Order: sequence, then C-alpha cells, then structure tokens
Amino acid sequence: MDPAFIVIQSLSGLASASSLFIIASGLTIVFGVTRIVNFAHGSLYMLGAYLAVTIVPMLLEVDRSLPMFLLGVLLSALIVGVIGAAMEIILLRRIYHVPELFQLLATFGVVLIVQDLVIKLWGAVEIPGPRAPSLRHGVFIFDQRFPAYELFLIGMGLVVLGLLWLLMQKTRFGVLIRAATQDREMVAALGVNQAWLFTGTLFLGAFLAGLGGALQIPRVAVNTQMDISIITEVFVVTVIGGMGSVAGAFVAALIIGQLQAFGILIFPKITLVLVFLLMAVVLVIKPWGLFGKPDAAAGRAILPEGILSLKRFGRIDTIIAGIAIAVLIALPVFGDNYMVKVGIEVLVLALAAFSLQFLIGVGGIVSFGHAAYFGLGAYAAGLLVTRGGMAMEPALLLAPLVAGGFAALFGFFIVRLSGIYLAMLTLAFAQIVYAVCFQWVAFTGGDNGVVGVWPSAWASSRQVYYYLVLAMTLAAIIMLRHAIYAPFGYGLRAARDSAIRADAIGMDVGRIRWFAFTLSGAAAGLAGGLYSFSKGSIDPTMISIPMSVDFLVMVLVGGIQTVIGPVVGAAAFHSVKDFFMPLTDFWRLFLGLSIIIMVLVFPRGIAGATSALVDRKRTTAAPVEAAT
Amino acid sequence: MTEALLTVGGLSAAYGQAAVLFGVSLEARRGEVVALMGRNGAGKTTTLKAIIGMVEASAETLRFDGHDIRGMETFRIARLGLGYVPEERRIFTDLTVHENLDVGRRPARGGRAPWTLDKLYKVFPNLAEMEGRRASAMSGGEQQMLTIARTLMGNPDMVLLDEPSEGLAPVIVEQMAEAVIAMKAEGLAVLLCEQNLHFAAAVSDRAYVIEKGAIRYSGTMAELEANDEVREAYLTV
Repeated sequence: MDPAFIVIQSLSGLASASSLFIIASGLTIVFGVTRIVNFAHGSLYMLGAYLAVTIVPMLLEVDRSLPMFLLGVLLSALIVGVIGAAMEIILLRRIYHVPELFQLLATFGVVLIVQDLVIKLWGAVEIPGPRAPSLRHGVFIFDQRFPAYELFLIGMGLVVLGLLWLLMQKTRFGVLIRAATQDREMVAALGVNQAWLFTGTLFLGAFLAGLGGALQIPRVAVNTQMDISIITEVFVVTVIGGMGSVAGAFVAALIIGQLQAFGILIFPKITLVLVFLLMAVVLVIKPWGLFGKPDAAAGRAILPEGILSLKRFGRIDTIIAGIAIAVLIALPVFGDNYMVKVGIEVLVLALAAFSLQFLIGVGGIVSFGHAAYFGLGAYAAGLLVTRGGMAMEPALLLAPLVAGGFAALFGFFIVRLSGIYLAMLTLAFAQIVYAVCFQWVAFTGGDNGVVGVWPSAWASSRQVYYYLVLAMTLAAIIMLRHAIYAPFGYGLRAARDSAIRADAIGMDVGRIRWFAFTLSGAAAGLAGGLYSFSKGSIDPTMISIPMSVDFLVMVLVGGIQTVIGPVVGAAAFHSVKDFFMPLTDFWRLFLGLSIIIMVLVFPRGIAGATSALVDRKRTTAAPVEAAT
Repeated sequence: MTEALLTVGGLSAAYGQAAVLFGVSLEARRGEVVALMGRNGAGKTTTLKAIIGMVEASAETLRFDGHDIRGMETFRIARLGLGYVPEERRIFTDLTVHENLDVGRRPARGGRAPWTLDKLYKVFPNLAEMEGRRASAMSGGEQQMLTIARTLMGNPDMVLLDEPSEGLAPVIVEQMAEAVIAMKAEGLAVLLCEQNLHFAAAVSDRAYVIEKGAIRYSGTMAELEANDEVREAYLTV
C-alpha cells in the first residue's frame, strides 16, 4: 500500500477517534461517579448537534469567523451541559439506588422523549450544518489533500484530553470525582455533598457529549438517528477502555478509530461488525475492559430481586389460567380479523417476553439484546422460505434451532460476565446481528428486509394461523415454566443468588447459565419465526435496540418477580401500543415517560403490584407478631 | 450537667430481615475516649454505621452536638463534626496521599484551630514522607494512619474509630494508640470499637461492652479491666 495513503487513512482514523473520545469521556466520567450507564448520552450528543446548527449560523451572520464558529459550538455544549444537570436533578437523583436494569431503562426513556422532542422542534428532515470559516480548505500531506477541519478535530481531542487531565488532577472537583468513582459512600462520610458533585459531574458529562455533537456539524448533516448510532459506538469505546476510565476511553477511541479507518478498506461492509467483535474479544480476555477495575462493575446487583418464591398455581390461579386459555381459544369465534391479528402478536410477544423473564427473573442474566434471538428466528424463517424455497413447517422448526445456535455461541461469552458488562455484551452481540442484517443487503434485503414470508396454504387463513401460534406459544411457555419449577430452574436461581456458593456445592454454574441462555434464545427464536409469518415480512427493526427495550418493558410491566407476569405484561404493553400509536404523534414521548414513571413508582410491575396488594391484605388480616 | 456530645438511645438496626442491634444506648462527652468492646459480630461496626447514617436504623434518641441526627444524610452528619474511620479503611487507592487528605478537608467550626498538614504529619510522621505516593502503594499500617488523618482533615469534634488496631504489627498499634491520645489532647471525643483490650485500656476513659446487639456492661475502663466476670463472658474468645 502507498505510504502516503496509509498516513492519510490513519489521520482520518485519528479524527474520528478524537470525536469518539470527546463523547465517550463524558459517558465514562458520569458512569464512574454515578454508576449509571446513561443511555441518553447519545441524545445529549444529538442535542448538541441540533443546537449548534441553530446557534452557529446565527453567530456566523454577525461575523463570519472561526472564533464565532467556536463560540457557537461552545454555547451549544454549555446548554447541553445545563440540560444534563437538569436531568440529574429531575431524574437520575431518584434512581441511584435502584437496580442497574431500571437505570438503563429509565435513561432509555429519556432517549425516547428526546427523539420526539427533537422531531417536534427541528423536524424529521436532516439539516446540513455550516462549514467552519478558515478551516474549509484542504491541507496537502504527501501530495494528498486532507481536510483542515479533520486536523482541527484531532487537535480538539488532544485539547480535551489535556483539559480533562488538568481538571482531574489539579482541581478539588476532579479529586472528588476520582475519589467518588472509587467509593462514594466514603466520600459522603467525609462530609462531601454528593448532590452537587453528581450534578456537576452530569454537567461535565453532558457538556462533553454536546461538544462532541456540536463539533460534528461541518462533517455530517444533523439527523434524528444520530443518538442511537453514536451511543452504541460510545458504549463500545467505554466498555473496551474500562467503564469509568478516561485514559481507557482515549486508548479505546484510538484503536476503534484506526480499526474503522483501515477496516473499511478490507471489509467495507462489515466495519460495524469488526468493532463489536473487538469488544467481544476484549471482554472475554479482560472482563472489565483495558483500564477498568472489577469494583466498578461489582458492588451492587444489576438486578432487581428476581423471582424469589415459586408459588405453584393455587385453585384460583388454575381457574384464571383456564379461563384465559378458554378465552384465547374462543377469540377467533367472537373476535373480528383485527382482534385475531392483535391476538397473534400478543401471543408471540408473550413468548418472547417470557423467555426474557426466564433469563432475568430466574437466571439473573439481564439481556439488553434479546431482540437478537427474536430477530434471528424471524430472519431464519423468513430467509429459508424466501431464499431457500423451504415450506413453512420446516422453517418454523429451524427458526428456534438457528436462534438457539447463535444464543449458544454468544452465550458462551456472555455468561462469563456479570452485571453491567454482561448487559453491554448482550447489547454488542445484538448490534452485530443487527449490523449484519442491515449491511448485508444482497442477502437480507438490508433496511427494507424481505417480503413474501407467507405461511403454507393450510395455515394461510388468519384464524388457522392464530391456532397454530396459540398451540406453539402455549407449548413453549408451558415447557419453559416447567424448566423453572424443575431442579434445573432451582439450580439457575441458586447460580443467580450466589454463583460462588452454588459453585462450591458442586454445581456447574457456567454450564447452567449457558444452557439457560441457549434455551431462552431458542424460545425467542420460535417467537420470531411465528412473528415473521404473521407479518409476511422481515426487517431489521425486529432486531433493533428499541425492540429489545420493548421486551424489557413487557417484563417490567408484568413484574419481574412473577413467573407469569411477562405474559400479562406483553398483553398489556402491546394492547396499549396498538391502541395509542395510531392516535398520537408522540408515541415515543408517551412510552418514555411511562417507562420512567414505572421505574419510579411501580418497579415491581402490574402483576407484582397486585400480588403485593394481596400479600398486604393477608398480612393485615392475620398480623404476624414481630420478632423480638 | 451539660448534654453529652453524642447521645444514642434505643438504637436498633437490621440488614433486611436480620436484626442486628436491639436498642443500643450509649453516650460520649467532649474530649472523652469511649471504647465499645465486643466480639466479632456483636454489633460494633453496625452501631457506628447506624450513627453516621450508613445503615438504616431507628432510634429513640440520636443526638450529636445538640442536633437530632436521626435520618440525616451521612454528609450532613459529617459536616456537624462527626468523623468516621471505617474498619476496612477505604482509602482512595487511585489517589495520592495528599489527594486523599484533600478529599477530607473541611473548614474548622467554632473557632478551634484547624488541623493543618504540618500538625497531622507530627502525629503521623510516616505520612509526611510519602505525600505524593499513590495510596495503593502503602502498607496496611500506613493506610490506617492515612484514613485517620483524612478524617481529621475535616476538623471533627468527634471521631468514630472502627478497630484501628486490627491486623497491624505491634509497633504500628503503639503508634495508633499515640494517635488516639493526641486526638484526645486536641479536645476530640473518640468512640472506639475494639476487641483488643490492651489497646482500649491504653487510650480509653470509659467502656461499653456489646454482645448480640445490646449493651451488656458499662463502666470506667479501670472497672472493666478489674471485672474478670464480664471479660470472661463477653470479651475472651
């Protein structure tokens, strides 16, 4: 390869590394102090960019100069910083003590809210930004033209690194941040008010996100997908570098910048995959990232308490379940086509949610990428039918096998981790699947997906297909439920509650968790397969992060401590979504607010809240004498 | 008689379902070193953590320097002048010695002369030589000194000191005793959790004995030393 070309390519790698670092440093600092993985960090980045395309042109009207451009960028970043501080005061402050799963969901709620607000304020059309005055030219390096603005970005990355270093080493605020990153309870015992420390940290983190976003405006047209695309990249950077480590974020950003710059030459289609593969490899070798510390991940459970006591169905429960099944069987008789359609979707989602609850509530394995297995099942079935010319029956049989196979492969790595790193790795694998389905256009149809995934002739009527779905989802749910009540399920719960103790009494914890992950993936795959035939098509939204979050919300709505809750949750969630979504332009805003309210008010979900109410009634009816 | 600096009455605490403290009562006056003695698991550490607000607890009385500190946030209690030195030390290993001390720094209250670095280094001469060193590179004894020094930087009126002699070489234990005596000389009150009777006897004015989450004995240190029965029952292993 031409050496000049290599220099240019690595310089452009450095420029994107710089941007990545500026954004990722904010996320990692916030995580270090608050222990919250802020999903909304990408939204803050997006807000920075939108504010900058609004503010910078106004300032350039006054004076078309580089200082004015920079002033606009800085102002945008400062506004985002204030928004971050407000987010800390309004939301984060109330969720420091809730399990990490809820924190992730709550901050994802903010993502949804910001998405709708941005569309409302700026419209859905992308906005090209102004170029930076005095930096519009190209610089010649080895006779190759290289944009001056990219060089400026490289410089900005170094400036931010230097300033952050000064802040962290030379100011009391920095010393307190570093101390709190290690042990915030002790910092409080020394009389430091965490409230302002946390607000300050969020201001700093959001400022960096906003700065990163504002600096992008000469490079990319600002658009409403910026938040999700950057947040996955930034997650990867911080996880590879080690959550909480600024130096780690810098090194990881450099690696990823170069990987992207050169990877695009060798595998132009799968740069995304390369990045996530790197993350998977790093996490397997160094489970806490390059510069991370175990204590940053451990310390507190990611999970809310899962299923604690397995109540077998009592007489009343059996009657309710019987009535529910009878209603489901009778649905096509009294319901119209629309109700049957919704019925199919609810059943499919119920199976997917149940399989996720099997992982979370029983296994303590918080998958943030459960849509991957749902999507793999859907894609397997859909592609086998359309590309492979297979009939529905074998395709439906193979869907769970394919999804289960991938779950076994990914799970092999995933179950070795715990806590937030486990969640991040599930997310990374899900994004790999998403990236492949999205980028491999020739095979998967890319963004458009594939149409023509229809059931066999005998099942082509909606009513018949409904009964097929009912039979298969019920069978799968009953099987999974049996696994929960079998010794395997007890072993899985033991591994969840204390892996060390379970290990000490001779249980192969890793294998149990691995098997559970595979089983759950297969069940989700079956759901996905059934779903693809009901839709008649497949597309990448079935594998996307919002889909994974939908599943989590269903589990949460149903109640994380109940066995059958996810089924209730899926029904409730999907009915509400189906009813409201056509009525409002603000579905995401509504959903985001609901998630946040749920995390704050009903962390145990509908079924959980009901059983708590029943328990309370029983306790008041027969008060137990307090122990002395 | 004026009110004691710290008054604890009917303090109860539990970890989840497991109750640990059952109505602990004790007090400490200004300038007094009080030992809280008891075996492992007797409830010493929980008592301290409940006072400083790190463990959820209920109490009939919990007053410090005239303030009701029940349900108060930990940092507010610390700002009233109640320092806490945990058993497991919990120094910030990523920070230098100087930075560790800096985290603890708070202005002095009530016109008392503040602790300065010079004054601290007189009490803990070893620390002076390693100002710029990372705390992770210190020995256990040095870390123990640092954690006390860090709390003193907050200019407290009273320090809750959890087993400062545990796991340390005898020569270091002796330095710890000197440090406690130096703190007393500065007018600080100390509530000291200990299993080591010799250490406690060397520095304390009075003692409480705790067992199974309740105070079983209280008296002057000299009385406790003379009382074989209580020592046999609650302190010997």
